[in-house]
Amino acid sequence: MKLKLPAPPIPASLKSPPRRPDEERPSKVEGAKEAGISAVDWVDERTSLSGGVRWMLFRKVPRGTNWAYTLGSATMFAFLNQAMTGVFLAMYYDPSATNAYESARYITNEAFLGEFVRGMHKWGSTVMVVLVFLHMGRTFFWGAYKYPRELNWVVGAVLLVLTMLMSFTGYLLPFDQKSYWATIVGVNINGTGPLVGPYLNDFLLAGPDFGATTLSRFYAIHMLLVPGLIAALIGAHLYLVARLGTTAPPWLKAEKNPELRKESV
Amino acid sequence: MAKDRRKAKSKYTADRSIPGAFEGETVTRRRFMTGTVHASGAIAGAAIALPALGFAIGPVFEKKPVQWEAIGPVDDFGPDEYIPKVFTETYGIGDVGKTTAYVRQHNESIDGPQKDEYDAFVAISTKCMHLGCPVRYSSAAERFICPCHGGVYDFQGKRAGGPPVRPLDRFYTRIRNGQVEVGPRYSVNAELRRFSPRYPGEPIDGIGQYLYPSRPTARKLPNS
Repeated sequence: MKLKLPAPPIPASLKSPPRRPDEERPSKVEGAKEAGISAVDWVDERTSLSGGVRWMLFRKVPRGTNWAYTLGSATMFAFLNQAMTGVFLAMYYDPSATNAYESARYITNEAFLGEFVRGMHKWGSTVMVVLVFLHMGRTFFWGAYKYPRELNWVVGAVLLVLTMLMSFTGYLLPFDQKSYWATIVGVNINGTGPLVGPYLNDFLLAGPDFGATTLSRFYAIHMLLVPGLIAALIGAHLYLVARLGTTAPPWLKAEKNPELRKESV
Repeated sequence: MAKDRRKAKSKYTADRSIPGAFEGETVTRRRFMTGTVHASGAIAGAAIALPALGFAIGPVFEKKPVQWEAIGPVDDFGPDEYIPKVFTETYGIGDVGKTTAYVRQHNESIDGPQKDEYDAFVAISTKCMHLGCPVRYSSAAERFICPCHGGVYDFQGKRAGGPPVRPLDRFYTRIRNGQVEVGPRYSVNAELRRFSPRYPGEPIDGIGQYLYPSRPTARKLPNS
């Protein structure tokens, strides 16, 4: 049986030796046990995905890698939580000025687990913003934005702006007094930008005032436009991380002894 | 600059011994094909992107219709005291489209001579000119006060303190069938001169009126 699963880079002495010609072939029961592997093998033979998976997952990481390096993944999982819960909230939510508050109330008070899922989305957004900044601080203070990772810093900065845009557009959606007035204030802050501010506001509100299509406009930006951009940019961000590797913490000095500097796995 | 030592190529494909070249032909068929494919790709892309973009930014050029709302008989309003009136500024969105105006009769001793037919009553908008929170009129202090960041305006709606950048907006008023009607919003500068409506936080004194220009969605009434 030909198997092309991603092989983790373990020392040769630990690998089990291949089957010798005089050894018995595995029985049918054993073959059935490996049905899952065979299925993966079938897909891999036609797509060669395993190479990409191995390239992405089995990377060498520098000595000193620690828990602070998980902040990026944590942020991504916060985003996945937002995407997941957001899809299900969208099943009940009605982005019209007359029904939005009522539908949000229905989710909270009547839908099964509605309060819990809405809470996950609400608190998850705060968690995501906090994690984004922790991740950014880690990158900054570790000096991980330096050559050759400048482009990844730029992508990350764009992701930060998009996250803020998500927070801003999502804040209006419950459509209670707080979210309405906070959005009014936020839009008016945007309008104080000279020359373009007034026109940007007209675009954002779809008219000179908060009107009939403002809420649905915010909703479309919140659940279609920005999440798509974020997902695409997370892909680019991860590609660059895998391509360039991670940095060692700044307190680790380079090994002076060239013998010890040699790589070994 | 180093001189290019390659032999200068003729611009005619026939001279470059390309098989099947026509007399006087200067664009190779490969280049022509590449250009055609790029052009048709660009046309297809624009055919999708331009209508979508136009659809999204269309409202920026759409003028809000002028509408007048009756708020009560002429006798209800005196020259020295504001009466709060709730009316619909934007239709189709229920209570969200409603707004409050503080209305009183034009008072010559305070406001000076009446400017035109829209000036018989003063209707002051409750939208704070700092960032748009709703202001409240305190009759004891004769001041408009904003709860958000402490903006204060005097009896005429001129800025008296706090962060606001200009006096409170006003609404056009007119009299029809013995009723006072409020119309579109307009903004005023420190001398209470009329300007087309601006967003809160945008000063319109001096250079401000050019930094925050009038928008196609909301203009002053003509001849006002």
